[in-house]
Amino acid sequence: MADFETPELKEYPVIPLIHEGVMAHSKPFIAKEQFQEPLGFPGELVDNWQQVAYDKMEELTGKYRSLAVFLDSCVKCGACTDKCHYYLGTSDPKNMPVARQDLFRKVYRRKFTFAGKYFPKLVGAVDLTREVLDDWYSYFHQCSQCRRCSVYCPYGIDTAEISMAAREVMDTIGVGQKYCNEIIGKVFKIGNNLGLPEPALANTLEGLEEDIEDETGVKVRLPLDEKGADVLVVTPSADFFAEPHVDGLMGYAKVFHEAGLSWTLSSHASEAANFGMFIGSYENMRKLSLRVREAALDLGVKRIIFGECGHAWRVAYSFLNTLAGPFDFLDPNYPVPQHILEFTHDLIQRGGITLDKSANDDMRLTFHDSCNIARASRMGSKPGGQFTIPREVIKASCNHFFDMPQDTIHDATYCCGGGGGLLTDDLMEIRVKGAMPRMEALKHVVEEHGVTHMAAICAICKSQFAKVMPYYGFQMDSIVSVHQLVSNAIVMGNKQ
Amino acid sequence: MPFWTIVYALLFYTATALLVGGLAYKIRQYAKTPAPLKIPTTPAPVTRQGVVLRMFREVAFFESLFRSNKWIWVFGYLFHFGMFLVLARHLRYFTNPVWTWVDLIQPFGLYAAFAMVAGLAGLWARRVLVDRVRYISALSDHLMLALLMAIALTGLGMDYITHTDIVALKAFFLGLMYFNWQPIPEDPLLLVHLGLVATLMIIFPVSKLLHAPGVFFSPTRNQVDNPRAEPGLRAHDSRHIAPWAAELEK
Repeated sequence: MADFETPELKEYPVIPLIHEGVMAHSKPFIAKEQFQEPLGFPGELVDNWQQVAYDKMEELTGKYRSLAVFLDSCVKCGACTDKCHYYLGTSDPKNMPVARQDLFRKVYRRKFTFAGKYFPKLVGAVDLTREVLDDWYSYFHQCSQCRRCSVYCPYGIDTAEISMAAREVMDTIGVGQKYCNEIIGKVFKIGNNLGLPEPALANTLEGLEEDIEDETGVKVRLPLDEKGADVLVVTPSADFFAEPHVDGLMGYAKVFHEAGLSWTLSSHASEAANFGMFIGSYENMRKLSLRVREAALDLGVKRIIFGECGHAWRVAYSFLNTLAGPFDFLDPNYPVPQHILEFTHDLIQRGGITLDKSANDDMRLTFHDSCNIARASRMGSKPGGQFTIPREVIKASCNHFFDMPQDTIHDATYCCGGGGGLLTDDLMEIRVKGAMPRMEALKHVVEEHGVTHMAAICAICKSQFAKVMPYYGFQMDSIVSVHQLVSNAIVMGNKQ
Repeated sequence: MPFWTIVYALLFYTATALLVGGLAYKIRQYAKTPAPLKIPTTPAPVTRQGVVLRMFREVAFFESLFRSNKWIWVFGYLFHFGMFLVLARHLRYFTNPVWTWVDLIQPFGLYAAFAMVAGLAGLWARRVLVDRVRYISALSDHLMLALLMAIALTGLGMDYITHTDIVALKAFFLGLMYFNWQPIPEDPLLLVHLGLVATLMIIFPVSKLLHAPGVFFSPTRNQVDNPRAEPGLRAHDSRHIAPWAAELEK
């Protein structure tokens, strides 16, 4: 299937010995000027790139406490070394979180610390040479910014923060990743990652309305740009057409229909995803987020609800208020924003919808905790709601649910391998290898409990698994949306 | 004043100034650097009290490390807790009269020293024997362990090999503190021990030992999980925003 070997799934997880340089060849396509320019970045490597990079590093360590503390606090204990799915899948030591951080830290030390300036060899400090820059470009695009390492570090050092900073430095000197930067440009120009313009979106939604009517006999609407609706729904654009995402979208529509709530999508804010976070660019992340605020104001809604998307939920839950708030023009009785699962879960608890679990009896399910949701967000009012709420919704929609091994779920969950701007064909090898630990855990429940399908609530995870699972012998349609399960089980027409 | 007394007096004044000044500088830097986004590693506490508890569990029990790697936890904890007891025991040389609780823990000092050595030895063994840890270790990482080990061993040496005049030693340190210098006992083992300690003090603020103040400023551990506009937790019109980010809105 490819020019690399798919890792073998073992009976029990094994920490591999290091094999230096085995993934040094992996690098995504570089962004050309046309993709750099709209984001405010130079079109190619600038002449005095070394100095510009140093200046940017200094600026960032002055603006982000995370960087200042994390670059100084690592004691090289090695606790993180066996925690990254990319290390476990590749055995390249630069994929160990500490070593990945060190690519940045060793330059920071050289320029900005006493020890690095006067005793560089003692502490392993180096200048930012072309070789080091190449390593940055390669290995910071082998990090999905999933934060698993930060759970296990005694000081909570988060490689994602370093990865974001490194990508921001590289963008500033003209070295950008085509995948992320092109996509961000599309949102600025058209409104979503896929470049789906309003007429095409309207057409797609009409088609989905017809599909639901064919399936259920009920006229369920998927409104677009409807002023005065109660709820603005912002969902990943993949929900409009990709499988199994679109089944989730149809699920949201059915839930809103049964709840009797008026809602709308927005062509201006037709993308929940925010790739500005992946490239560590506060300004671009903010610019993308403001579209949600603009749409909410323009359409005069009272609430904002986000659909099933991982990093989008992180940005929405953790950053939206900061980037695009305050939201004092929305209904203060509800959190801003909410997750569709919080909405559906609450509805189920209040008896607002009826679910027939037997509709999903052909599936034996497990649930994949997506990284950004698990380690960078919350649902509900208590810590850990992001684990219990999806599972309760699943269990309300089906009869057969089994969790994967404890040390691979909840905040210990393994990233799908495709997050953080890596969901591109030019990074296929690292995507497949990074998925190994999750596939190993899945194999365990397939063998133990006869699990046939895995549910997820992240658009990237769904796409990644659909592509990568066949490499490991699983069916590509065995990844499902949680609201797909709800959609299958929901009994329509009970309330009105 | 005898030669070694002058040398060590100046050494300790310098070391103290560099340690205190250096730490003050770094702590000020960490405190003044904004944390523009809410990034606690979730699940995270939703109240300030919860965060205080989380930080306490990290510092007192090394909670995340325990989850992460039992070996590092055992050796790391043995070393740190041992060092804590040893340092506490040493307060007897700097206080007059000696505080009651310091008096009470005197007998534990010896076992604490052994715990320190055992912990350091285990950590060093890991750094040499485990390929992943060997890969990430610079010369400074090995030297740091050597320094700490040497301090612990020379300290133990003064219990088992050669006894120092600790009454005179206390007079020396109290003399430094009250600017009434007294001669230092000129035992080689003591001078080596004190020299190494001064070295540790001097390199503290320019080394990875900054993890000690650093952990308290780590945004993934010290932030409250309340970023969104919620009824009750954070009002719709209040936001976590850094001054430099607020500038972008103007």
